[in-house]
Amino acid sequence: MSKLAKEIVNTAGAVRARIQRRSKPTLSFPLRTLSNVTYHPKKGFLQLRGKKKTRTLTVATVKTFAQTLRMMSTAKGLVEDDEIMTKREAYYVSKNWDDARFDEQPESDTVIDDIEALFQVNREQLGFIPEEKGGEIAGKLVVVDRESDTGKELRIDCTKFGSGAYSIPISVEHLKFETKAKFILAIETAGMFQRLVKHGYWKHANCILISMGGVPTRACRRFIRRLADEMKLPVYAFVDCDPYGMFNIYRTLKVGSGNAAHINRYFCVPSATFLGVTPQDIVDYKLPTHPLKDVDIKRAKDAIKNDPFVKHYKPWQDAIQQLLDMGVRAEQQAFAVHDLNYVINHYLPEKLAAPKKFLP
Amino acid sequence: MAAVRKTQVQAKKKAAGKAVKGKPAASGRQKPKKKSKATKPAKKAASKRTAKSKTPPKRAKTAAKTVAAEPVEGKAGETPQVPMKRARKKAPPRPATAEDMAKKQREISVAEFFTKNRHLLGFDNPRKALLTTIKEGVDNSLDACEEAGILPEIKVTIAPGTADDRFRVTIEDNGPGIVKAQIPRIFAKLLYGSKFHRLKMSRGQQGIGISAAGMYGQLTTGKPVVITSKTSRNKPAHHYELEIDTAKNEPRIIVDDTVDWPVPQGTRVEIELEAKYQKGRQSVEEYLEQTAIANPHISLQLVAPDGQTIDYKRAANQLPVETREIKPHPYGVELGMLIKMLHDTKASTLQSFLHSDFSRVSMRVAKQICEQAKLYERARPSRIARQEADNLFKAINQTKLMNPPTDCLSPIGEELILAGLKKQIAADFYTAVTRPPTVYRGNPFQIEVGLAYGGSLLADGLARVLRYANRVPLLYQQSACATTRSVLSTGWRNYGLQQSAGALPSGPLVIMVHMASVWVPFTSESKEAVAHYPEVIKETRLALQECGRKLSVFLRRRRKAAESERKKAYVQKYIPHIAIALREMLKLSDNQERTIVKQLTDVLERSRS
Repeated sequence: MSKLAKEIVNTAGAVRARIQRRSKPTLSFPLRTLSNVTYHPKKGFLQLRGKKKTRTLTVATVKTFAQTLRMMSTAKGLVEDDEIMTKREAYYVSKNWDDARFDEQPESDTVIDDIEALFQVNREQLGFIPEEKGGEIAGKLVVVDRESDTGKELRIDCTKFGSGAYSIPISVEHLKFETKAKFILAIETAGMFQRLVKHGYWKHANCILISMGGVPTRACRRFIRRLADEMKLPVYAFVDCDPYGMFNIYRTLKVGSGNAAHINRYFCVPSATFLGVTPQDIVDYKLPTHPLKDVDIKRAKDAIKNDPFVKHYKPWQDAIQQLLDMGVRAEQQAFAVHDLNYVINHYLPEKLAAPKKFLP
Repeated sequence: MAAVRKTQVQAKKKAAGKAVKGKPAASGRQKPKKKSKATKPAKKAASKRTAKSKTPPKRAKTAAKTVAAEPVEGKAGETPQVPMKRARKKAPPRPATAEDMAKKQREISVAEFFTKNRHLLGFDNPRKALLTTIKEGVDNSLDACEEAGILPEIKVTIAPGTADDRFRVTIEDNGPGIVKAQIPRIFAKLLYGSKFHRLKMSRGQQGIGISAAGMYGQLTTGKPVVITSKTSRNKPAHHYELEIDTAKNEPRIIVDDTVDWPVPQGTRVEIELEAKYQKGRQSVEEYLEQTAIANPHISLQLVAPDGQTIDYKRAANQLPVETREIKPHPYGVELGMLIKMLHDTKASTLQSFLHSDFSRVSMRVAKQICEQAKLYERARPSRIARQEADNLFKAINQTKLMNPPTDCLSPIGEELILAGLKKQIAADFYTAVTRPPTVYRGNPFQIEVGLAYGGSLLADGLARVLRYANRVPLLYQQSACATTRSVLSTGWRNYGLQQSAGALPSGPLVIMVHMASVWVPFTSESKEAVAHYPEVIKETRLALQECGRKLSVFLRRRRKAAESERKKAYVQKYIPHIAIALREMLKLSDNQERTIVKQLTDVLERSRS
């Protein structure tokens, strides 16, 4: 029996023991909120503080409690059989559970996240895999994978996808890399990624381009992390200049999220830096802007006040304040106002020439 | 005696005049009166002057009697020739002199007055007329039985009459019967009775009801009232057919007979009248049902026109405690009444008059009042002049007096209210409160409230309010009644019921309110609503609140039980899943799984209780 399966059995045993002693069984989970994480500058990611929440079996919690235990049982089955199940599939499996079934997928996702936190592992280890797409790669990189049926080595050259790209798989732990690139550029939008691929930007800049497609998935973060660590490459993030780009995308990429704080150690890229678009870029490049939405302002103020990462970096606090003072936001594609390829010919080279100006 | 009665008649007229004031049409028809009184509404006086000829009153009279006469005489504008003729006749409008007017001024009998204003007595429409007739008959029977200490057994028969819209109503009781000489006046003379001149809690109080019903029958069908009464087993039963001479307010005897009636004693009244028989709200059935609730000691039977019989069985074998008659309390007497009492008293000195003719006035207090009024306590009451009476009246109201005695009231009692409600209403919860007696305007009164909740009562819709005055159900004019005001102004939401602003509470609820008093302050002669005395409203609200608190305890307990039941069912749904999950993970046997279910149920059960 694997270590994880043993842990599951132990937890179940503890629950049973309490029932046999005629006391209410409990399960305790680390509290997964931003208020229960600290930024650890040396380790470079958001780390859980000790706070735990104990779920005691009462009338109010009996349904979730039953669902959690049944999901644990499912996870144990997956671990023992080396099987996988998407979160959507897990939701459908629960339809067998009569009254304990989930009505909507977000409910089952939460229970899976709970179990993941309970055992301090990532859900992939439990056999649960996400539906989400991992991200796309183009540039000077060879990924070494294995054929799933024969186990034969497969060498994937990411320069050979033409106008297309290599998709990051859901599980990246077994991959090996070969590259001579100088840096990794992580891009928010698929549109900007397409422009850079179309014009072969990776060729003359000698880099690897990654499209994150919004907030990077765990697989994407883990892929960039391993690539950066093993190949000793710097990672530059190129996202929109708005609170969402800065904190939901960039911060999650660099230090992880509050919700998944128990596994941030694996799923973050502490070496990443923020290339742009910075608030100062809006001024320097005279970018067309939109006014900040209410939700943006709220998010920005919240970040200054509560985000342990932002609290640690003065330059970020200044940047947000500057953005709030200007009251505007700008998108990556805004450079098209000058020329369609302005970003390739002017912006990126100019920024890369002065990496000291990047935000941490 | 005659003078006394006349004063009452005038008092009635005054009251009626006030009621009529709002309706110009009715006051226009008013016939001229002999004496002009200062209290008369100005409008009426004006209409008297403008009365040019005898035609308007005559027209009104015929209109009231026969509809067929209307087109001919009634609406003058319909045929062009008639008004022209009349116009020519009337062309020189000679102003009437005082002498002309004097010729037309004459006394109105109370019977004539109520013939025209029958709505004041509750005969506004055929449907209500039927109910009022039965109500008056049953009330009289009950009063008589209780006064004689007999457990009432009453049978009401509604039989089809001689025409489609006529019914023959018979009310038969096992009461003490009526002596022969009194029968004609009791049934065919308005404002004749035993109850007006005394302060005693009884259903009837004015002496109008049953004779007005007879008069209504006579008016609409031309048939006399038929009375059969027997006072003892050994005596024969008297049989009368009576009509009322409306001009004189005197009985006219059609048949005077003795018959064989195979009952020990009792009275039977038969009245044929124009009526409409209908079930549902404000029906005869509803009245009898409500009567049965407030009077669990009676046995009632109704035979409907279709021959169907409904029995309202007796639920208690004890008669209500016989009530005592009391003397008026000085605070409740008005100046005019005081002057009359001074005039009529048998006492020889002012001090002894105050002491003997009022309740709660001791000789000492009587002397004190005299001193306050600066009157000689040995003065002859009949010699007290008007100005002195005024001083005496003021002095009475300045002197502190004990409240009137309250043992003259006979409330239904909490136990019997519950018995009555349980008998007629199938509910889950009953409660009742009898408040201690208190006083309004010198009259003692007592409020009782009963509640029935849940069971077969309709859950949606507003609560039903059953109003009673001296055990008589009040079916009409709910919104004008002081008790309704009290129900509305009680915050039922505090007691776990729903209530929108300014409305009755909603839910499966019946609220019964009973006011017992030696003199119930009705808003009109038809006795449909209790007047808004602040003391009455306050007492009622206190009783309602007390019942409300008991109801809220019940509702809370019931909600808690339902909640706990719901929780138990909820927990039962999920416990097996915990056991299944544990069995799967720990590879347990079915037996062990069952044990877990049992143990877990125990644990949660224990934590809830």
